[in-house]
Amino acid sequence: MTRRRLPEWLVLLLPAIIVIAAVVLIPLLFSLYSSFTPYKLTRPSTLWKWVGTYNYEKILSDAKFWAAFGRTVLFLTIVLNLELLLGLGIALMMNKVTWGQRTLRTILMFPMMFSPILVGFQFKFIFNDNIGLVNNVLQSMGFNAALPWLVDGKLAMFSIMFAEIWMSTSVFAILILAGLFAMPRDPLEAAKVDGCTPWQSFRHITLPFLMPFIYIAMTIRSLDVARAYDIVQIMTGGGPARRTELLWTLMSRTGYVDARMGLANAMGYVSIILSILFTVYFFRKLSAARAELGMAG
Amino acid sequence: MDRNQAHRNRRRLLKTAHFIGLFLTMLVICVPGLWIVLNSFRPTVEIMAKPPVWVPSFTLDHYRAMFAGAGEGGVPVFSYFRNSLIVSVTSTFIAILIGMSGGYAFARYRFWGKNSYFVGLMLFRAVPGVALSLPLFIVFAKVGIIDTHFGLILAYVAMNVPFTIWLTDGFFRQIPKELHEAAEIDGCTRWQAFWKVEFPVARSGVASAGIFAFLTSWNEFALASQLTRSVGSKTMPVGLLDFTAEFTINWGGMCALAVLMIVPALILTFIVQKHLIAGLTFGGVKG
Repeated sequence: MTRRRLPEWLVLLLPAIIVIAAVVLIPLLFSLYSSFTPYKLTRPSTLWKWVGTYNYEKILSDAKFWAAFGRTVLFLTIVLNLELLLGLGIALMMNKVTWGQRTLRTILMFPMMFSPILVGFQFKFIFNDNIGLVNNVLQSMGFNAALPWLVDGKLAMFSIMFAEIWMSTSVFAILILAGLFAMPRDPLEAAKVDGCTPWQSFRHITLPFLMPFIYIAMTIRSLDVARAYDIVQIMTGGGPARRTELLWTLMSRTGYVDARMGLANAMGYVSIILSILFTVYFFRKLSAARAELGMAG
Repeated sequence: MDRNQAHRNRRRLLKTAHFIGLFLTMLVICVPGLWIVLNSFRPTVEIMAKPPVWVPSFTLDHYRAMFAGAGEGGVPVFSYFRNSLIVSVTSTFIAILIGMSGGYAFARYRFWGKNSYFVGLMLFRAVPGVALSLPLFIVFAKVGIIDTHFGLILAYVAMNVPFTIWLTDGFFRQIPKELHEAAEIDGCTRWQAFWKVEFPVARSGVASAGIFAFLTSWNEFALASQLTRSVGSKTMPVGLLDFTAEFTINWGGMCALAVLMIVPALILTFIVQKHLIAGLTFGGVKG
């Protein structure tokens, strides 16, 4: 009798499946379980006590959690939209450049190389109210007040968004630029001959063609929206007085500082679902856009 | 005549606006990085000076202190650099091997539920690092691989595999099937056909996947900050926090470490920047 052999594709996929199962799936199952217990790091025995949905009820009735949740959604909405618009603008400008384009494109890639933690630190330095570049420039220009960039709640949120946009706009710009390069010239010329205004030809020819590229950028971005955690953590740590608290910083504080792992894991699941929703949404958009352009594999 | 003039003026205006827009964009992109580099060469007194000193002076003090290790603040930068390098290079290498075989499976074989497998794998990449770090911390502590290179490498491999699969899948799909079929007719085994024919063609895709994997591991903070504790395994992004005390921050030293962190990533990216863009667009659009 011959042993049944595994199909080749499974053999090839097996290492990936094993690694991901070991490092991501099992811990996630564990955290799912522990989100139903009052698990505290300091008291391991609490892991075996089942409390049902107590943790979820607790976070869902917690104003602090909802504030962080709402802030996270607002943050992502503003940041992603601005990144898309700025990226589109930068790509269109770059596309018109006739001289030194390669150099400019290389410069454009700089922020992609930066670690989020580095971006956070860099802007913490620049926005520092005492010795930061921004305030120094303002004061040299004659403004007398030192703006409390990272101390005032609203300004701190602005600074964090600025850092996040600085870091991630280039992903959009570069991918959209690649789309512009790949675009066929003929339809645009035909439109010009037919008397389209620049806005019309942008709206009805350029933009539809760029859509798949925009969705790739969105998908890639949505894979790690949680990178913002690094930035917030180093710039303000969620402060002042929780004004910049996002879901992720709240979770890590609950888990590591308060050692309430069960509760933190319940929050973790909310954030995972949020991320997955983003990703699935853009993946579907991406496949739809691909199918429209006849690029489906 | 008048209309001509007006038209010419408008074009000149547009051109100027275009130039100014580009200039401002580049300024915003470059200044923060350059500011860090500049400050890593300025003495602390000058960084803290009030009113600000605009004409910089030059000193290597921060670098000297950093590399001397036990200097001011005593941050063991060498160990951090070594840890970062070991962890990033090893995990990139393994992730590429695993990811490539996965990408090949998706590109070349037809099987039931392929699309759901694919999206499923991607979703694992979307799990936020912080959310994963909580249970991973507990599991790793139980297994006893917390605070080791091995644990971090394992975590990064799992993090990088999905994206690598995505990119390499797109690239392998570009290669016509006939290529490896021809090689097999000529007497290659499937294995040989892959390494001798298909791999060289897809090399730029693999290179770009490698860059992304390397950058992710090199820059990662959320997991590393929890899974590493001691000098023996801390990576540079975690080490950056060593310069912050409760109320004071050693800005100059931090800037110097930041420069050390960004230089390898920049060099690497310069070398393969062409592949980088090709990798993203091919993998995504045409995949």
